Amino acid sequence: MKKPRILKNGIAVAGLILIFLYVMISIVSIFYLPFDPTAMDAKAILQAPSLSSGHLFGTDEFGRDVLSRIMKGTSVSFIISVSATAFGAVVGIFMGVWAGYLGGRIDNIIMRIADILFSFPSLLLAIFIMAILGEHTYNVVLAIGIVYIPQFARISRGSIIALKSNEYIRAAKSNGAGRSYILAHHLLPNITAPLIVQISLSLSTAILLESALSFLGLGIQPPNPSWGNMLSSARKVMLFAPWTAIYPGLAIVLLVLGFNLLGDGLRDILDPRLRNVR
Amino acid sequence: MGKYIVKRLLSLIPVLIGVSLIVFFLVRLIPGTALQMYMGTQVEATPAQLEELKRLFGEDRPIPVLYFEWMGNLLKGDFGHSLRTGRPVLPDILSRLPISLELTIYSLLLALIIGIPLGVLSSLRQNTTGDFINRIIGLIGLSLPQFWLAALLVIGFSHTQGWIPMGNYVPITKAPLVNLKMFFLPSLAIGFGFAAVVMRYTRNSMLEVMQADYVRTAKAKGLPYRKVIMIHALKNAILPVITVTGFNAGYLLGGSIVIEEVFALPGMGRLALYAINQRDYPVLQAIILVIATLFVLVNLVTDLLYAWADPRIRLDEQR
Repeated sequence: MKKPRILKNGIAVAGLILIFLYVMISIVSIFYLPFDPTAMDAKAILQAPSLSSGHLFGTDEFGRDVLSRIMKGTSVSFIISVSATAFGAVVGIFMGVWAGYLGGRIDNIIMRIADILFSFPSLLLAIFIMAILGEHTYNVVLAIGIVYIPQFARISRGSIIALKSNEYIRAAKSNGAGRSYILAHHLLPNITAPLIVQISLSLSTAILLESALSFLGLGIQPPNPSWGNMLSSARKVMLFAPWTAIYPGLAIVLLVLGFNLLGDGLRDILDPRLRNVR
Repeated sequence: MGKYIVKRLLSLIPVLIGVSLIVFFLVRLIPGTALQMYMGTQVEATPAQLEELKRLFGEDRPIPVLYFEWMGNLLKGDFGHSLRTGRPVLPDILSRLPISLELTIYSLLLALIIGIPLGVLSSLRQNTTGDFINRIIGLIGLSLPQFWLAALLVIGFSHTQGWIPMGNYVPITKAPLVNLKMFFLPSLAIGFGFAAVVMRYTRNSMLEVMQADYVRTAKAKGLPYRKVIMIHALKNAILPVITVTGFNAGYLLGGSIVIEEVFALPGMGRLALYAINQRDYPVLQAIILVIATLFVLVNLVTDLLYAWADPRIRLDEQR
């Protein structure tokens, strides 16, 4: 059997391995955690990491096990990043594809809306939406998803415009194919390459955005652990208990790195113009 | 060029109106009216006082009317009053704006100083170990949350004097050196990830340019290698880097919101968070409007710079 091209790209494989590790951790965390991630223990406050106590990554200012909280936070990060990206991608692609395909006034209206959303720095827009909707996990998904809509809309619109004047589209039209049919069968399948790269990069920024929101107290609310709010509460104690800040941050970096590696590798594979450059 | 500038300036108007509409109407989606929030902290009011307050908070007029009143006031420089302190919003924002702007510009400069030389080096040594390490560091830089890097810097530099600005902010106009030292770590925390972006763009752009015919010609006619790189290659390769830099200035401005919080710098970001926590919506509304407007203006300047540097762009637009 022929080896899939993605497995020949070292960078993409490194990314896939990292992501796979995190998927494993989040599955394991459903069935097993070393300690209860929300149980406070007054006798074990701010213990340094050690094998003998069982707290491999130490404990926080309430005596909660840092490793267990990180493990629990893994699924939170995954769920938010995947659903926010899915939301942004579905809405954005839908808007971009129709705008690009129909052109004219509809295109104008949709793209002006995208322009306006683009006028806000992404973190600021997410903060603003959270301030309006209130702090709730669903709202984090919505806030990050809305930030992504214009990005996906622009990419898919651009690709559709580049494609739609092709001969085979005209051929399909003259055969009597309807708009939706042409979109679904002839256009969408041919714009997947740039979208796949964008999706993998969006997954990585979603994790960064979620952690920043939670860090500012606008995302996932304590006592539920998320990497961002762990770092937020670590701020008070990190000077004498640096492990409370180091490990959750490391958890963020490695997963984001995984998605970035995958995105970079995918771009190498899917963008033929760059293939010779590297 | 003049025609192009006018065209771009005009295209700004609908975007800014759109931004103001979004800011205005989204704030009104917040459950509870401004009056209720204000009254929450006050004693009972007589019906007459309540009528007066309602008029003051605009609850006796339809929302579209309020929008036009608000816009009219904005154009006169009146950004409204804080619900908490009663003070006008604009002076508060203007006093904090320099801090956020300094952080943004400082981090931008750091990113360019780190990113461009590394990108050039990486491209000249393509596919060597050094290039590989550079690329990996670049990817890690992209993956670092700014506030985590900031926290690590605070831990690492907590014993050194003057590097961590904890509540003792000094403006650059008073003591430039103290200020620049104090802003170094926060700016590094914001700019490091962006340095990685600059590095990657410089590298790719250099690799492309180095394959161009005129670079080969320059080499063939016997120009010194250094001259080929600096004058022929880098000068042309830097163009896309400038664009990316301009379009990402807003991302750095956004980053300053979080970093100001970590280093306790009294900038706009901290004011915004305070406004969110205190549910002080006139303040929040004004800050978001100011930042978005700045962002749009920076993008415009980038566009214009790019069109000035590359005439093909403005010809394309005119067609």
